[in-house]
Amino acid sequence: MYLIEPILTMENITKRFPSVLANDNVSFDLFPGEIHALVGENGAGKSTLMNILFGILTPDNGVIKYKGGQVTIDSPNSAIKMGIGMVHQHFKLVPPLNVAENIVLGSEPKAGLKFDRVKAYKEVAALAKQYGLNIDPKAKVADISVGMQQRVEILKTLYRGAQVIILDEPTAVLTPQETKEMFLIMKSLVSQNKSIIFITHKLNEVMETANRATVMKRGKNAGTVKISETSTAQLAEMMVGRQVLLDIKRGSANPGESVLKVVSVCANDDRKLKAVNGVSFNVRKGEILGIAGVEGNGQNELVEVLTGLRKPLSGHVYLNGKEITGKTARKIKDEKVGYIPEDRHKRGLELDFSISENLILGIHNKSPFAKGIMIDYEKVDEYADTLIKKYDIRTPSGEVKAKSLSGGNQQKAVLARELETDPTLIIASQPTRGLDIGAIEFVHNQIIKQRDSGKAVLLISAELSEIMSLSDRIAVMYEGKIVSIIDAKGATEEHLGLLMAGVHDASKEAK
Amino acid sequence: MDKKNILNALRLKELVLPLGAIFLGLLVGGIVILWIGKNPFTAYASLFYGAFGDLNRFANTIARATPLILTGLAVAFAFRCGLFNIGVEGQLLIGALSAAFVGTTLSGLPAIIHLPLTILSAMVASAIWAAIPGILKAKRGVHEVINTIMMNFIAYAFVAFIITGPLKAPGQIPKSADILGSAQLIRLSEIAQWSTSRLNTGIFIALLACVAIYYLLWKTTLGYEIRAVGLNPYAAEYGGISVNRNIILAMVISGVLAGLAGAERVLGFHGSFILGFSPGYGFEGIAVALLGKNHPAGVILAAILFGSLSSGGRWMAFNTGVPTDIVTILQAVIIFFVAAEQIVAWFFRNKKKTGQVA
Amino acid sequence: MWDVFGIPLLLATLRSASPLIITAIGGLFAERAGVINIALEGKMLTGAFMAVVVAYFTGNPWLGVFGGIFGGAFLALIHAVVSIKYKANQVVSGTAINILAYGLTVFLLQVFFGVSGTSPSVNKLPAWGPFNPLVYFGLVLVVVAHLFIYYTPQGLRLRAVGENPAAAETVGVNVIRLKYFFVTLSGALAGIAGAALSIGDLSVFVNQMTAGRGFIALAAMIFGKWTPVGALFAALLFGFAEALQIRLQGIVPIPREFVQMIPYVFTMIILAGFVGKATPPAALGK
Repeated sequence: MYLIEPILTMENITKRFPSVLANDNVSFDLFPGEIHALVGENGAGKSTLMNILFGILTPDNGVIKYKGGQVTIDSPNSAIKMGIGMVHQHFKLVPPLNVAENIVLGSEPKAGLKFDRVKAYKEVAALAKQYGLNIDPKAKVADISVGMQQRVEILKTLYRGAQVIILDEPTAVLTPQETKEMFLIMKSLVSQNKSIIFITHKLNEVMETANRATVMKRGKNAGTVKISETSTAQLAEMMVGRQVLLDIKRGSANPGESVLKVVSVCANDDRKLKAVNGVSFNVRKGEILGIAGVEGNGQNELVEVLTGLRKPLSGHVYLNGKEITGKTARKIKDEKVGYIPEDRHKRGLELDFSISENLILGIHNKSPFAKGIMIDYEKVDEYADTLIKKYDIRTPSGEVKAKSLSGGNQQKAVLARELETDPTLIIASQPTRGLDIGAIEFVHNQIIKQRDSGKAVLLISAELSEIMSLSDRIAVMYEGKIVSIIDAKGATEEHLGLLMAGVHDASKEAK
Repeated sequence: MDKKNILNALRLKELVLPLGAIFLGLLVGGIVILWIGKNPFTAYASLFYGAFGDLNRFANTIARATPLILTGLAVAFAFRCGLFNIGVEGQLLIGALSAAFVGTTLSGLPAIIHLPLTILSAMVASAIWAAIPGILKAKRGVHEVINTIMMNFIAYAFVAFIITGPLKAPGQIPKSADILGSAQLIRLSEIAQWSTSRLNTGIFIALLACVAIYYLLWKTTLGYEIRAVGLNPYAAEYGGISVNRNIILAMVISGVLAGLAGAERVLGFHGSFILGFSPGYGFEGIAVALLGKNHPAGVILAAILFGSLSSGGRWMAFNTGVPTDIVTILQAVIIFFVAAEQIVAWFFRNKKKTGQVA
Repeated sequence: MWDVFGIPLLLATLRSASPLIITAIGGLFAERAGVINIALEGKMLTGAFMAVVVAYFTGNPWLGVFGGIFGGAFLALIHAVVSIKYKANQVVSGTAINILAYGLTVFLLQVFFGVSGTSPSVNKLPAWGPFNPLVYFGLVLVVVAHLFIYYTPQGLRLRAVGENPAAAETVGVNVIRLKYFFVTLSGALAGIAGAALSIGDLSVFVNQMTAGRGFIALAAMIFGKWTPVGALFAALLFGFAEALQIRLQGIVPIPREFVQMIPYVFTMIILAGFVGKATPPAALGK
């Protein structure tokens, strides 16, 4: 395989943005029939490099050679025409249209002036069969599963004759089982001589599927290695440049009485479909209960019920013995519930407010900040300064607008706000999404600290490793139900993966 | 040190955009004036003289600006909650109608009771008129733009009915009876010999409203909540803020301000409700709010600008023959440039940030 | 009063509905491309005005229709540039278009004709049976629009752009050009509707003669769930309200101003009852 020419080389690529050198003299190559993983932390430069390859960005310097000749890729259209396809992390599909329509969009088969829908169905079905991708051309994209949507995206690239396929974090939204299916698809594609660039931050997946891996670190190519000659530990060290402790050191829990009791809660989602289907569990003082599960299995709706942002259809929620079912967000906040939302830009922060104003969101109408309806901004600024120091929020002052903070500092601000109100229950939903390793460590340490000081913590995360390293007990949520609650000690990824995919195992349960 | 410079630059930038929009607007207006065969320089010169040429003219300009301060404030306040109150015109008329009713029919009351009562009635009436689309938005999710516009048309019809019917004063002109002395706002012409201006004590109401709204928005919990809802209703909801309650409240307060504008016109400037008295104060308020960046201080400045365009316009038409409607065109063009520029500037500040993502 | 309800009312309904149908379909083209179209009123008004201007100077009402197209399309192009190229808030820019239209038409009325309320008379369009030609145009438009949106590749792309422009962009659809096209088209159609008002049945332009019809057309578009057939039925409903209102004036013992309110109150009620269930194109206004 290495005696033939690479199908693609990127040589000395440099790309500078106003505040950062995203790609610093990066070189990269790809052989036909190869699965080449591109790994690195958030902000290391992998997305920039691939956006350059796909024509979304143009490099300041450097040369791209494709199939032997030098090429200029100035738009996604050029990339597609050349045979480079990309499956983005956030799918670019049109939900109300069906699978075939989405695939042929822009290159529609015609019969005179008419759109030849029948031909589209035929062509798509044939293509799917050729590559072993199981889809229904007539199904509306809005109605199919995430795994199937991803297959539609892959078919989009194949329909346009892609030879090189870039997959951007493809397994981020899949169950362990769907991930295995994805790996089979990838193997099938390379067996038909396609080449795949596989962007991911999950090192064990790299070890399982790739032929080679290139590690990006702070804009540079930190090294390209053959998978057969490396390990996850080595890759991790190349990514971060230091020995990474993949396991947080923590003491064992000393759980006390129940703080949160959830009994048979049912709730609908925004489309009036049942999302939470009879969920019961409790969280005790001084413990972390982690809810594992692929996103979209009702976790968001469950959390919204617990925090007063969504009314349940039935069931009860008790906090310290008091019933809070269906109460407003304000009342639940008053009962000392801290909530770290999964989308800090949408729910967590008012980006156009100053940091100080953000730090009192939720307690803005209480003393000492408010006297009657007047706000005492001196007290607010004092409070903000204290929190900024305590939580190491990197900002020139509290006056600065929240939107100018980095992701990690924004999350610190959210944490500061919620934890400083001394809540008895903390609900943390995807608390480290989009953060770099340093920020992730900070958040994890804060969560452990809260547990150790006797708070009850409910952690919801799609990152199984995070759940496993932080939780004392682990619940798995699948299709709106809690399928199992087990002790974290002795829990394995395989077992949890099966549970996350709906395979019920009656043994090993612990309440 | 670096950060201070950036902050200063940003603040200056705040002024540059509206000034730029005004300049471009005048430029386009000048081209239109040229196109109809007139000299833009003499036209603008007469415009300026007509607005500021002597103390009396200046007073008239401020008089013309008074309702705009209030309607501009009304639109700006609604904008702060993320709402487009295009219905200020209708709310103004309803407020004016209520003021006309209370101001002409309740005789025998001392001014110290009558005047505040009349103004209060205007505020309540217009508040209700604005609350309706507010409630429909909060409870049924109907976009307030269409509903407020519908309410405008309903207001036109209703006001026409009342003024040509039950409240009509005897005579040819469709107007109400004159406001009783105990409910009048005093005009400059009544206390100053040198002035014929109808500038009246309503200006103080307008300025007071600006101060009140400033305090409300930036020093109170209510203002905090309204701004939070306007900038990001999801985060506001998460913070325990009732989005619906604040939407309705914002529309109500906006309506109240519109009603005050109507009251000033009826009780002060005109002294009665004359059908068709509004040349579109509510719509001009939109331009004022945008140009003033939805801030009370900006609104005052923008209102004076548009007031001067209108009050100078009459002299310009008389002197040079350029139709006064060029002022409406100017307003629209200025809105365009403000709307486009705000987004362009925001875009620049954003591009600097997105560069951090690799 | 009950003899108001008869064939003449049916005909009047279609007559009243026709400018709404044409404008609503124009509106839905633009909104399906993702651009909010608050400015239909202004485009309609300008179209009505330009139709009269051209008919006046050429003596030919058919050319007047082209004047209407030009007037509406011109304003739409301004709207498109400000909203698409300069990414202005579309409700604000739409409102500015309406203000511009009001000002421009009054201004030009003065400049061209030296009058301030009503333009001089022009030749209006010939009557084809009970209706002017543009009414038939409206009905044909419904069919053409339906076929276009659901049966052609361009229609597919239009639907894609309004829901997820990023998706369309990555498959090579020129999203910007598509938006410009459909916004301008919506202006042209609104302009034709305006011409229907001024030189279809009347033969003059009166200041502010659209009287909110552009917004009622917007409501019809929403009520019709952004589909041509839906817009047709919604517009007929609103046209009925207007036709009824005209006929009831003077006959019913209700002051005529209250009767005049009927179409507007009706619109609000319909929207309050149904808008919760109508979903606009997902990428509208972005």
